[in-house]
Amino acid sequence: MSSTKQSGFSRRGFMRGVGVGGGALGTGLLEGAAEAQQTATKLAGPGAVPITLQVNGKPYQLTVEPRVTLLDVLRDRLDLTGAKKVCDRGACGSCTVMVGGKAVYSCNVLAIEAQGKDIQTIESLTAQGGRDPVVAAFVDNDAQQCGFCTPGFVMATKAFLAEHPHPTEEQVKEGLGGNICRCGTYVGMRKAVLQAARQGGSHA
Amino acid sequence: MQAFEYASPETVREVVGLLGKSWADAAVLAGGTDLVSLMKDNIETPRRVVNLKGVKEMDGITKTAAGLRIGALVTLDELAKSPEVRAAYPSLATAARGVASPQIRNMGTLGGDLCQRPRCWYFRLGYGLLAKDEKGQSLVPGGDNRYHAIFGNTGPAYFVSASSFGPPLVALGAKVKLVSPKGSRELPVEKFFVIPSGDGARETAVGPNEVLTEILVPAAGHNATYEIRQKTALDWPLATASVALRMKGSTVASASIVLGHVAPAPWRAAAAEKAIVGQSLTPEVADAVGKAAGEGATPLSGNAYKVQLVRIAVKRALLEAARGRA
Amino acid sequence: MPDTPDYSWPAPEKRRVIGKRQSRLDGAEKASGRAKYSYDLNRPGMLYGVILTCPHARARLTTLDTSAAEKSKGVASIELMAKPGEEIQYAGYEVVALAAETEDQARDAIRKIKAEYEVLPHFVNEADLKGAGTNAKPSGEQTAGDPDQAFKDADVTSEGTYGVPIINHSCLEAHGQVIQWKGDSLDYWPSTQGVSVLGGDLAKMLSIPATSVHTHMDYVGGGFGSKFSPDRWGPACANLSKKAGGRPVKLFLDRATELIIAGNRPSYFAKIKLGAKKDGTLTVWQSDSWGTGGFGGVTMPPLPYVYRNVPNRRLTHTSVSTNGAQQKAWRAPNNPQASYLTCCAMDDLAAKLNMDPVEFFTKNANYTNTPEVYSGQLAKAAELAEWKKTWHPRGQSGSGAVKRGMGLGVCTWFGLGHASTCRTTIHPDGSVAVELGSQDLGTGTRTVIAMVAAETLGLPVRAITVNIGDNKYPESGPSGGSTTVGGVSASTRKSTMNALVKLYEVAAPALGTTPDQLEAVDGKIQVKGTPAKSLTWAAACRKLGTKTITEMGVNNQRGPGGLIGGGVGGVQMADVSVDTETGIVRMNRMVAVQDCGMVINPKTAESQVFGACIMSICAALTEEKIYDSQTGRVLNPDMEFYKLAGIGDIGDIVVYLNTEPEFDKRGVIGLGEPPTVGGLAAIGNAVANAIGVRVPMIPMTSNRVLAALEGRNA
Repeated sequence: MSSTKQSGFSRRGFMRGVGVGGGALGTGLLEGAAEAQQTATKLAGPGAVPITLQVNGKPYQLTVEPRVTLLDVLRDRLDLTGAKKVCDRGACGSCTVMVGGKAVYSCNVLAIEAQGKDIQTIESLTAQGGRDPVVAAFVDNDAQQCGFCTPGFVMATKAFLAEHPHPTEEQVKEGLGGNICRCGTYVGMRKAVLQAARQGGSHA
Repeated sequence: MQAFEYASPETVREVVGLLGKSWADAAVLAGGTDLVSLMKDNIETPRRVVNLKGVKEMDGITKTAAGLRIGALVTLDELAKSPEVRAAYPSLATAARGVASPQIRNMGTLGGDLCQRPRCWYFRLGYGLLAKDEKGQSLVPGGDNRYHAIFGNTGPAYFVSASSFGPPLVALGAKVKLVSPKGSRELPVEKFFVIPSGDGARETAVGPNEVLTEILVPAAGHNATYEIRQKTALDWPLATASVALRMKGSTVASASIVLGHVAPAPWRAAAAEKAIVGQSLTPEVADAVGKAAGEGATPLSGNAYKVQLVRIAVKRALLEAARGRA
Repeated sequence: MPDTPDYSWPAPEKRRVIGKRQSRLDGAEKASGRAKYSYDLNRPGMLYGVILTCPHARARLTTLDTSAAEKSKGVASIELMAKPGEEIQYAGYEVVALAAETEDQARDAIRKIKAEYEVLPHFVNEADLKGAGTNAKPSGEQTAGDPDQAFKDADVTSEGTYGVPIINHSCLEAHGQVIQWKGDSLDYWPSTQGVSVLGGDLAKMLSIPATSVHTHMDYVGGGFGSKFSPDRWGPACANLSKKAGGRPVKLFLDRATELIIAGNRPSYFAKIKLGAKKDGTLTVWQSDSWGTGGFGGVTMPPLPYVYRNVPNRRLTHTSVSTNGAQQKAWRAPNNPQASYLTCCAMDDLAAKLNMDPVEFFTKNANYTNTPEVYSGQLAKAAELAEWKKTWHPRGQSGSGAVKRGMGLGVCTWFGLGHASTCRTTIHPDGSVAVELGSQDLGTGTRTVIAMVAAETLGLPVRAITVNIGDNKYPESGPSGGSTTVGGVSASTRKSTMNALVKLYEVAAPALGTTPDQLEAVDGKIQVKGTPAKSLTWAAACRKLGTKTITEMGVNNQRGPGGLIGGGVGGVQMADVSVDTETGIVRMNRMVAVQDCGMVINPKTAESQVFGACIMSICAALTEEKIYDSQTGRVLNPDMEFYKLAGIGDIGDIVVYLNTEPEFDKRGVIGLGEPPTVGGLAAIGNAVANAIGVRVPMIPMTSNRVLAALEGRNA
């Protein structure tokens, strides 16, 4: 992966190369910090910089500060609010999305570092009004009450089933262990995941 | 979260060039599971964040003549699934499977596990690593210390090391490679973890201008990890034990027995290591060695129960190791 | 009134929709992430609000300087929520709210506020009453019968101390709202349990007419009793919007603040002494209880719980006020705690009597208000839990480190239905809308409303458009006390029936009969029992010409025709395994037998019970709000150490709803609360049964279980 491809940094003014140990650093942030040789690593921010995110198969060009999380970009900038902000510290699973095919907590991912990767959110599952077997199984088994944690569980289930297409109930308990439901819908969820597995739920 | 500038270098050389002399200059980002939360809570406020994930040389698991070389960026999920790890290092595979949740295992890296900051609630509320009140006294001895240290806690540090891999790596005699602008050094994992002795000190040997690039694990005999957690997932262990044994026939020639989540660093249970030498691993021996592991504990007002957990974790880890193959 | 239609529910065999397992109508919207909660709204030009809170448990605010924050990038408005000189009574108290273009900018600005405090002494940990000093306010003694004589006469007595700490609702959608002013009125998108009333409450706080607030809320991410008020952040958010020229402001609590100030379920502790005859007859109850909801104390819990009529009783209670935020109602307020205290004490007495607790609780069921209900439920639960197979006398749980045990707890709740008005409109094209200013907390209210309307009108459930979540719809009560399903089902039944009668009037001439001879079945209006003489629903509605039918239906607490009821009983049983070497408790199974009257939708009704059981598992095993005595702060305002059960922590759950005819005929009774009650005691007693000693305080974490086993105080 080349630097430009990964970073997507292109616009002048936001970016500057740093000659480490050279002039740029000497006048910059880490004064006298490093003794390493000259490199050309690009620095972004701290102000807003242009980034490109590939979300649900579509590229989005945005200008965000490096500190902004993927979750905040999805929710506040792209109006993709299926991923919820609950604990905002990677401890509840409500913000689960898939990055590069893996389930992650988007509250602990910086948007800028998610560039160049496929980001899949809950909205992709029924984008064209289609029926998703996992969503359907959650509905059939009443695996939700208030529903606030549900999109996170559905995404965790998608990722889990992709790796375990024929899971046992014990594997389901382990595989969905990264999400918390306060209403207590786990009984329906176990059934839903097993049903979705029978119906090929790993594929949207 | 305070604003920072961001870099995503592709070589270790570039990485160290981007780090600074103080922790406020720069922080390295790998899985993000700890650093991003720490920045949100303003516990870490680096002016620059250096994303390591583009550094290919820090990735991958390789079999070497001496054992295994594990790149710091290897995720916990990759570790848990690695055939090499599962075959020879069940203590590492168990530790990997025990970490929090599938999402954390997808995101979190081995280097990140070793470098993560403690979960001490006083630290996370902003009272500093040594949890001091405005008079400079630690809040831990007189506070709620149910999750705090029972060893190595005579002050000023009372937190417990949060690392899941520290104990098994210490037990296995592993080393870490640290790279700074001045060059690189190898350090036994046991020396990598440090119990801070005063203000400003940290809980690991890594300097602000250094990056942990790889972990070198020597060949091992029987080894196992046993974790005791309240919940089945998304929870920190209350106590863990990792053991690595060298057998001579059916008796133990030498043993490393290292405890986790009970001291500011992975804690070697020296009395237990001594007690097991020359013994066969029967349930009775495991029980006696477990009891020896609790010796010398100095529990605080609310964590005496962890002494018992240590005894049991050691006993069960030993029995697990005895079942496993060399 | 001769014209009054017969609103009563159809006989069980005639029900076409009610009692069928209906998937919730908004299920796909929610599970696919399309449902928009108030927290999800992105209004054009919206600002983000953030609150600065006080870090001290008790302090006087001495300096408050927001000048740097005002100049901070992106800041649009600032609202002071505390005044210099004010004495603050708990950590987490709101001091300043501000709104900025982005959440990060708002947080940047918050850090620039200079708030200084004179720190004052505080008190936060009430478990040991001796430390409470003047924060403790004892109330008078209540007695009945002659407790002293009864203790003298008792063959067996038992004494113990039991306790339940403060816990938090921990709604996954935090408390908060979006507010946007438009001229003199405002749009209000809260996260609430009371769509019809909340706008009026906010209006009062803002000194504007209630008619100036338009409340909308399609979905709410959990409430559990904590979302009945605009709270202090409601008016603060309104003022931030106003000061920003009416730009919409989204202000939701961050997770730490949510866990610190968005509601305490009170703690309760009690020293309890009981006496009984040799044959197991409970004769005397004595309790000295105390507890706190935080700042302001708490009233006595309903003791003895369910077994109200023990003849000899002496009770005292001490209300403790702490510097630990404020109480909010919590799913069956005070009942889970009272059940825990009562059923654990009774279980200890049963153990002393060498009696099976099922037998003991059954033998004394005449002290309850419905002995036959509880006796029947105890027997049913015992059957489903395989009690006889697994229960053993306390402590006789065999060798091996892992011990298994069984325990039980009981519950009650009053139910009935809140005031509710429903408006039904039948259009000439056959479409039907029912409208209520109600809300669906996830209980399935939308679905239940549609089912009742569909049943009444003889239509498929999907043919009904349900409109809720707006205060422009007819008023319906807040969702609390398990009164929603009673309220909305009664008002919907009446409203749809009233509308149907009007349609009969239009259809009768075409069918050559009178309106009273018609019925609505399977999408047709037909002469009773004569499908051959019918009009399709669409054909009947076409006869309306250009007119629509709009009819109201009202429920006022006690619906006529036996539509709703109250006063339920329930029994929970727990089957646990305890690792006596580590003190870790794992759930094997929980059984809940619950009386809930006529069940409209068994699918969502069972979900309520599953969820209630799981909530009690959280409270019994892992969940507690931990205060630091020194700093007075909450140490675990996160989802890492405020531990809620995950999918692997709950074991199996078996639900049995009493739908036998004698229960069904009582009408609709809410189910949200009662099954949350008995689980704490069931698990507590199961642990005692397994390990042979009582773990007095929940949650029964490793430290407490090991302490009990070793005979020390945790």
